[in-house]
This record gives sequence, C-alpha cells and structure tokens, in this order.
Amino acid sequence: MPIQYYIYLCLALFSIGIVGVLTRRNAIIVFMCIELMLNAVNLLLVAFSKVHNTMALAGDKTSMLGIEAQLFVFFIMVVAAAEVSVGLAIIVMMYRNVHSVDINFLNRLKN
Amino acid sequence: MSITQFLFYFLTVLALFSAVMVVVSKNPVHSVLWLIAVFFAISGHYILLNAQFLAIVNLIVYAGAIMVLFLFVIMLMNLNASTEPQKNNWLKLAGVIAGGCFLMVLVSLVKQANELNNIAVTMGTGEIGLIKNLGKALFNDFVVPFEISSVLFLSAMVGAVVIGKKA
Repeated sequence: MPIQYYIYLCLALFSIGIVGVLTRRNAIIVFMCIELMLNAVNLLLVAFSKVHNTMALAGDKTSMLGIEAQLFVFFIMVVAAAEVSVGLAIIVMMYRNVHSVDINFLNRLKN
Repeated sequence: MSITQFLFYFLTVLALFSAVMVVVSKNPVHSVLWLIAVFFAISGHYILLNAQFLAIVNLIVYAGAIMVLFLFVIMLMNLNASTEPQKNNWLKLAGVIAGGCFLMVLVSLVKQANELNNIAVTMGTGEIGLIKNLGKALFNDFVVPFEISSVLFLSAMVGAVVIGKKA
C-alpha cells in the first residue's frame, strides 16, 4: 500500500473528529470525537514506523528501527486512559451542578 | 486484488462510515457503539501492519475499558435522543465547512508532496510489532517513562476521585 493511502485515511478520520467537536453540543460526544482524533494519529504513527523499519531493513536485516514509534503509540494510549478518567469525572461534576451536559452552559467565565 | 488490499479497503470504509455515524447519531449510546466499531477497524489496520501488540492493547484499553467508562457515564446520566442538545443548523454547516476546508488543504498538500511517491507500507511482515521486541525495548530503553506513567496513573486516579466525590 502506498503511504499516501494511510495519510488520507488518517486525515479523513481526524477531520471527522474536528467536525464532531465543532458541530456537537453534548460534552460526552465532543470528548469521544477527541478520542477519535487521537486514534487517527496513532494509526498514522504505526504506518510511518513500518515505513521507517522497511527502509532500515534494506541495509540491515535485523534492524529494529521504528520500534520507538510503536512505544510512542503505547504511551499515547496510557495518557489517553488517564485523561479519559479525569475528563469523565469533570463531566459528571458538571452534570451534577447544572443538570445538563450541554457545553453552552460552560460560559460562566465569559462576562 | 489481493486479500490484503481487499481487507485494507474494507477496514477503511468501515472506519470512515463508523466515524461519520459517531458524529451524526442523535442517541449518545449509539455514538459509543459506533466508536467501538471504529476502534475495531483501527485494530484491524494494526493487524494488517503486523503491530499485533498494539492491536490487542487498542482493543483491551480503548474498546474494552474506555468505552465502557463512557457507556457507564452516559447511562448514569440517563442521556438519550430526546435530551440531546442541538446546535442550530447554520452553526453545524459552518462546522462542516471548516472541517472540510481543513481536510481539503491537507489532502492537496499530501498530493503535491513528491517525496512521498514510491514509498510503500509493507503489510504482514516485520518484527517490530511483536510483543517480544516491544517488551525488550520498553524495559531496556524506555523504563523511566514507563515508571513515570505509573505516577501519572496514580495522580489521575486521585484526581478523578477528588473531582468526583461530593464536595
């Protein structure tokens, strides 16, 4: 597969995530669209790591070059899990205070 | 068309369709279920790239743990299509146009980049995605970030409890 196909797929997924963030008012859906964008980036990192590794394998048959990108994806997943737990706690607290998950209620700092 | 190419196109179509359905579903529970479909498609892509460890971790962490957390919160709040807040149509149109412009600019950028031509992703081969090699690298070269991430988890846990408990 040409690398462009992967780039197009990830760009499309990322853009769908952006459109979701811009068009939805439910805080949970906005949060889910952020997760979607994170996953698009992860997929692109793995594809690039494979490309990097294939290029290195041409010179050295046992090369492990490109493994850093996969560990980077692993750490992104770790951070995303921590972020989700805190973010959902914030959303639950907001629901308890204003009885809604509508992000338009989060404008109290505006004036 | 080989079986790998067919699987690539199938998983791509599945991922994009499910992602669109996440955004357009009125019911938040349906959105969560479509997002799980997206994660399964992305895990399939990982398997095609021979990143087996990441495919399994993606399924366990994202589709297993995180989406259950989302589903749990949605059911706790009793959200459904009738309580769903709606933006007005002009704002939605503006959001779609903005995202479409972003996509168009980046796609035209990639189309013009001649450096990317003749670079192919080899599928179904390669050793770097196997758990043996990843474990060696993780516990030799990346052991400090790994331990720091445990501190991050501890602080996230404490933070979630402090935020979530009744003040």
